[in-house]
Amino acid sequence: MNRDTKFNVIRTTISILIALGISFVIIFLISEEPLEAIKQMITGPISRKRLFGNVIELTIPLIFTGLGVSIMFSAMQINLASEGAFHIGGVVAAVVALNLPMPGFIHPYVAILFAGLVGALFTFIPAILKIKTTANEIVSSLMLNYIALFFANYILNYYLRDPGAGSVASFPLPASSKLTSIISGTNIHIGLIIALLFTAGAYIFLYKSKMGYMIRVAGQNEDFARFSGIDILKVILISQIIGGFIAGMGGGIQLLGLYRRFTWTALLGYGWDAIIVATLSKNNPLYVPISAFFLAYIRIGADIMSRSTDVTPEIVSITQGTIIILIVAKQFLAKYKHKMVAKEAKSNIDAEGVE
Amino acid sequence: MTVFEILFSADFLRVILRVTTPILFATLAGAVSSRSGIFNIALEGIMLLAALIGVIFSALLSSAWLGLLVAVIFGGLVGLFLGFLVLNFKTDDILAGIAINLMAAGGTIFLLFLVSGDRGVSSTIDSLTLPNVNIPIIQNIPFLGRVLSGHNVLTYFVFISVFLMHMFMYKTPLGLKIRAVGENPHAAESVGINVHKIQYIALALSGVLSGFGGAFLSMGYLSYFTTNMTAGRGFIGLAANAMGRSTPIGGMLVALLFGTADAMANVFQTGIDIPYELIQMLPYITVIVGLSAFSYSRMKKKERQIEE
Repeated sequence: MNRDTKFNVIRTTISILIALGISFVIIFLISEEPLEAIKQMITGPISRKRLFGNVIELTIPLIFTGLGVSIMFSAMQINLASEGAFHIGGVVAAVVALNLPMPGFIHPYVAILFAGLVGALFTFIPAILKIKTTANEIVSSLMLNYIALFFANYILNYYLRDPGAGSVASFPLPASSKLTSIISGTNIHIGLIIALLFTAGAYIFLYKSKMGYMIRVAGQNEDFARFSGIDILKVILISQIIGGFIAGMGGGIQLLGLYRRFTWTALLGYGWDAIIVATLSKNNPLYVPISAFFLAYIRIGADIMSRSTDVTPEIVSITQGTIIILIVAKQFLAKYKHKMVAKEAKSNIDAEGVE
Repeated sequence: MTVFEILFSADFLRVILRVTTPILFATLAGAVSSRSGIFNIALEGIMLLAALIGVIFSALLSSAWLGLLVAVIFGGLVGLFLGFLVLNFKTDDILAGIAINLMAAGGTIFLLFLVSGDRGVSSTIDSLTLPNVNIPIIQNIPFLGRVLSGHNVLTYFVFISVFLMHMFMYKTPLGLKIRAVGENPHAAESVGINVHKIQYIALALSGVLSGFGGAFLSMGYLSYFTTNMTAGRGFIGLAANAMGRSTPIGGMLVALLFGTADAMANVFQTGIDIPYELIQMLPYITVIVGLSAFSYSRMKKKERQIEE
């Protein structure tokens, strides 16, 4: 393990520990039964198969949006439309599932493909606007998320809605469109395998392909990339399209894996969560499943805690925010890194001296 | 009423001023921070926090004004916290802002539950609202009185703030320093300006303005706090600021444009043949189209300048 990797691992671990520590202190301050609450949070998810299943089920969408954001952020484009891409991916998958009858072995995959394509179109918009008009992609992507929400509401109310459903929901999704469960006793579906395949694919793309290399160079140093003859505009567009495709697919997979009907009338937040995942992973797809699992674990843990104790699950938001801040903060542990480098240099000199 | 009659009715214009108020606070908050060189995406979360803090403290201190004061101070403190993260801790401003927003979204529910035992609405808290103000003389003028008089006190304050902010930015030494720091921190430093100090001040001010916007939502626009009640208004404010090129008056005009789109979405909930969901998109589409058009014209202008 080289020095930077080692330092990053230490830093990430310490960040997580501090963030959890802060949350535990808050639990101690407000709860009547803090030890029970913390125990529930930490051991709850592994206490029953079904609960651990919930962790994996939540990991799946986080992997997809996490991969999408990692690729988009690698090009230094702060495109926040993965939230909308995920949402619109869900509604597109519902449309395909309900309106295009197909045999079961192909139905969900066609729906997911369409979800991905529309997701790609979605994150393409802020990128092309930035390139053609210099409009700030942060602002336009934030606005697009709301457009995705209302557009999905429109499709749901006017084309998919089952008047007999009681609440606002689409007609039931046909069995042929659902993703198969892969582990009995849980709702873990084949989306997990797709997620891991895409993780590998995204890693190879970003770290082993020429295009991936160009994306990363453009993200790290745009001027250098331009002087090296990299077509920045093309690189930006491709990275944003691929990122949106994966996020949109994630929305479709989430719907067809876990829902009986399309019922999303509010943004679900996986796009924002993805920023935590991408931050924890340092935009490296290889670490995305681990980060997504970690996030899902503390979420489900907090949920379990809130069911049996007096602490609300939103305590997790404090943990998450702290983690992002500590990991992104360049100054955090900078002195330690400095010492580590100095120590290494010194020992190198000493070693040479002996020779 | 026909669409035309609605659009030129006093009530519609009145709604525009009302819905523009929180957006305009956010726009001004965005202006002062981006002028100092920091993108304050956290103002969405600061507004949300301030909305809840205002409700809680107005009930606790039995005074809407003191509730507002605490909310605004709190907003300023979060602004300073963002400053600490960005300036001392060297955190990327966007990611730090997103972190604050995520913490605010969950933290407000957490706090609301702690105080009221409810996770959705603050209706069990006996919070107070800021008064509406009738303007003498104007209130008696038929059409104008209906449009301009009887608004919440913060609605008047936000439009006064536009003017104050304009004066502050362009006529005071501190405003000049903020602009200098944002345009070129190294040059500012070389003439002896303490860059970090100026940015801290700008972010505190940005937080205070966001605090006003949040307090308006829960103590004027509505009389209670609901989870996620900002609903992207902070983001719209950032967009308005981007389109208004960080000038208070330009930002105000854009905010009014968004307010109009928002008011139309409110007014046309019924009685028109377009689905409501599509009308709800209107403010957001307006932002994207407007921002792109403005950015495009600015880009072309720059290109022409370079050619000359």
